[in-house]
Amino acid sequence: MARENVPDGQTTFATRGLTKVYGSGPAAVHALRGVDLEIPKGEIVVLLGPSGSGKSTLLNIIGGLDRATEGEAFFEDRNLSQMNDRELTLYRRDHVGFVFQFYNLMPSLTARENVELVTEIAENPMDVERALRLVGLGERMDHFPAQMSGGEQQRVAIARAVAKNPTVLFCDEPTGALDSQTGRAVLHVINDVNRELGATVMIVTHAAATAQMAHRVIHFADGAIRAVVENETRVSPDEIAW
Amino acid sequence: MSALDHKLLRDLWRIKGQAGAIALVVAVGVLLLVMMSGMISSLEETRRTYYERYRLADVFAPVVRAPQKVLDRIAEIPGVDAVEGRIQGKALVEVAGQAISVRAQVVSLPPWREARLNGVYLANGRMPQPGRTEEVLLLKSFAQAHGLTLGDRLSATMHGARRQFRIVGIAQAPEFLFTIAPGEVVPDNARFAVLWMNQDALEAAFDLKGAFNEVLLSLERGARPEPVLAAVDSVLDRFGGLGTYALADQFSNRFLSEEIRGLRTTSAAVPPIFMAVAAFLLYIVVSRMVQAEREQIGLIKAFGYTDWEVSLHYFKLVVSIALFGAALGSAGGVWAGRALAGVYQSIYHFPFLVFRVEPSSFVSGVSVSVLAAMAGGLLVLRKVFALTPAVAMRPPAPADFSRSGALNARLKRWLDQPSRMVLRRVLRNPGRIVGAVIGIGAGMGLSSAQMSVMSGFNDALDQTFAVIDRSDVSVTFFEQMPEKTVFALRQLPGVIEVEPTRAVGAVLRHATQSYRGGVTGLVSGARLSRAVDADQADISMPDSGIVLARALADILKVEPGDNVTVEVLEGRRPVLEVPVARIADTLLGAPAFMKMDALNRAMNEPGRISGAYLRVDSEQYPALFAALRDVPSVAGVTRKSDARAALKKLMDTGAGTMRFIMAAIAGVITFGIVYNSARISFGEQARDLASLRVMGFTRGEAAFILLGELAIVVILAVPLGVAIGYGLSFLVAAGFSTDLYQIPTTFRPTAYGWAGVAVVVATVLSGWLVKREINKVDLVATLKTRE
Repeated sequence: MARENVPDGQTTFATRGLTKVYGSGPAAVHALRGVDLEIPKGEIVVLLGPSGSGKSTLLNIIGGLDRATEGEAFFEDRNLSQMNDRELTLYRRDHVGFVFQFYNLMPSLTARENVELVTEIAENPMDVERALRLVGLGERMDHFPAQMSGGEQQRVAIARAVAKNPTVLFCDEPTGALDSQTGRAVLHVINDVNRELGATVMIVTHAAATAQMAHRVIHFADGAIRAVVENETRVSPDEIAW
Repeated sequence: MSALDHKLLRDLWRIKGQAGAIALVVAVGVLLLVMMSGMISSLEETRRTYYERYRLADVFAPVVRAPQKVLDRIAEIPGVDAVEGRIQGKALVEVAGQAISVRAQVVSLPPWREARLNGVYLANGRMPQPGRTEEVLLLKSFAQAHGLTLGDRLSATMHGARRQFRIVGIAQAPEFLFTIAPGEVVPDNARFAVLWMNQDALEAAFDLKGAFNEVLLSLERGARPEPVLAAVDSVLDRFGGLGTYALADQFSNRFLSEEIRGLRTTSAAVPPIFMAVAAFLLYIVVSRMVQAEREQIGLIKAFGYTDWEVSLHYFKLVVSIALFGAALGSAGGVWAGRALAGVYQSIYHFPFLVFRVEPSSFVSGVSVSVLAAMAGGLLVLRKVFALTPAVAMRPPAPADFSRSGALNARLKRWLDQPSRMVLRRVLRNPGRIVGAVIGIGAGMGLSSAQMSVMSGFNDALDQTFAVIDRSDVSVTFFEQMPEKTVFALRQLPGVIEVEPTRAVGAVLRHATQSYRGGVTGLVSGARLSRAVDADQADISMPDSGIVLARALADILKVEPGDNVTVEVLEGRRPVLEVPVARIADTLLGAPAFMKMDALNRAMNEPGRISGAYLRVDSEQYPALFAALRDVPSVAGVTRKSDARAALKKLMDTGAGTMRFIMAAIAGVITFGIVYNSARISFGEQARDLASLRVMGFTRGEAAFILLGELAIVVILAVPLGVAIGYGLSFLVAAGFSTDLYQIPTTFRPTAYGWAGVAVVVATVLSGWLVKREINKVDLVATLKTRE
């Protein structure tokens, strides 16, 4: 590998000609068509685009959940494309926090325990109660998911994702299942995490309004980047109009 | 075909692994039911026709010697239908190429007519012609064992005189379905012969001109045998009646009845276990399906299908699996039944044994499995009814663990989160866990009981042939001999040690119980053939009193201290009242022991012996057997190794096959439950597991959560399996024990260990099959969909 391809220390992610093809022959679907991208450290990046535009596929590949068909993806100076399964698992364990549309909490664990599930295996976790206070759930730590509202569950999911002190936080449609008020509160928490922990945050959404809180907005269509827009002024999540 | 039926077929195909495992459990249950009930009805039906066609007697009355005219008096006894007198006796047959002469029973055929009772089935050849005293019929099983055919000659010693005979027919008879040489405990086709010959030949041989020594009677329909037995006894008393007995006590018939009883016990006990397990599995699998398909159910209901139509859809699924299993099991049952019939025909000498399943067996097999499936299905239907379209189409709320999830603080301190997940799931579904534990426990119990009984039988063999009987060869005489015969035996080539014994035929009675067997007199300080207690310690023979084998004590329902009546059937035929001194743990036969001197005193025949046990230099066997052949008083010689091999073969073929089948199919239950539990657990947790993988848990760590529940089930099930197995082993041992051999029930850690290992192997295999699914999980897809 040529050294000049390796990104410098200020970049969290870099991709070169990232391509993803599902299936083969006439049924082949090109989810990504040679994406080149650099994500600076510490930013909130929003990926916008219609369904099937490839934004989630990109997130999955740089999140270590999926592999590219062609091209390379770097996390800092490490080539994700060359990692085996075990190395990808460790990458996710040590560096990545995920927040999903359907929360994906363990129903059999309380809020606190859901967070502990991650801190028990993380290298450099934060205090569990701090993580829960960060998302405003200091009071409901010992409740089970079934005893919480959707917004509360999503906040537990965020606490769980940030408790490991992740380098990056991936949010795939984090407000997709929430009403506007709760959604705003969740975005607020994500904003706080970025500010207080310095984690790079990548949000996939098709709610265009979310883009107002980002440092950088990447527009996707047909498996390729159509535009990258840096926001001159960011809007606080509280002021986002839905 | 309706759209729902298309869905049904596709659903079946999708869950084919689980459906197959359940169908297999159903199939095994039905297979056993069809095979065993078919075997029972085939054996009973064949026995009935065979007995009827060849006019087997209802009552047997052996006597020392009675004149022909006595038959007329017996015929007048109320309830008696037909009467036949015949001569039967012991013989010793020489077969070319056999070192040891073979014990035989000789039976007379009436001249110029067919026997009125106890007819003979002529498999080959013809009946002896009247007046031809050298012509005989030979028992088929013996002829086959030695390759003897029509025209062959053999010589037989009867009453001390050796004579030559020619085989003119090969025969079978209903009274010799199961044959065993007198004084032996092990049936062996090669070592027991039956010869039928003309009455005049036997009259001459046994010095019974114009007389007979056995009366056969058939009873009028509906007549009770007891009064007839008493009346015949009183008629024959002055001619030396040796105790009249009914068909139920006839050796061959009694043994077959015991076998059928054993089959009946097993067929009643085992298939229901399989059905219960199948019902449980269907319940958990289909309730999981309903849970997973709640949105579809809601949608279908929203389209306007009624609760009943939707329920019927799932009901059809359950019933299809059961019907498939039942069909498989019915076919398998017929196949296995035919194989088993072959085994039975090699043990019981039926001229024909057609395995035929009553249609009712299929009907009950199919209906039992459908009923079991419906029982499992009905519980699920409640859930289908409870789902309203609106509720069903909303994503399900997370499973509520708030009530079952309370773990106390101390427990929490040493449980990490994955362990808490496992434990809370277990606590949340106690019914399912208990069901799985009981099911696996039952499967393991079934197999461990079978294995325990199998090894119990091997122990029985070892104990009998190594501990109780330490002799190499036993010799019996036609009649009692003076004690000095011992010295003559000791002079024979290769003989190292001789121990005399005295055995007499007797009927033992206690209250209303009776057993037709004998009493064996043992010398004090016996070393070669002994009676031992449960600890295998010698029981020294008391000066007065009798020692009974446990089987005999059970038949007579006596304990030490009770008195038994011994009606000796030989010599001056004394009737003794003797106290039971001890119970001996003898596993073969149902013998009774007395001190030899005491027995001889009671017989008023001091210093007599009827046989001897020999310890022999094995290199001298040929010389010894040659020498014994020239002693006319010898009625039989048994080499212990032959007896042991014969018994082993008998057990391995008949009951042994059965036990092996049972043990193997018990494994099916375990696998069925463990695999299905693992699949269900996976289905319910697939999303959680994918989430864990996304969060950076390795496959192994995710598998821990999936398989931890299974591990708990198995850890609980194994001790339960041991307990069930131990309880069941008494039933199985009792079911297979007969008065020919008793199978001891002792706790055998190895049997349970192996059954436990089998459960663990089944678990690991299912775990591995399901863990492969974790590797295949599409992390992205699972996370993007709601459950």
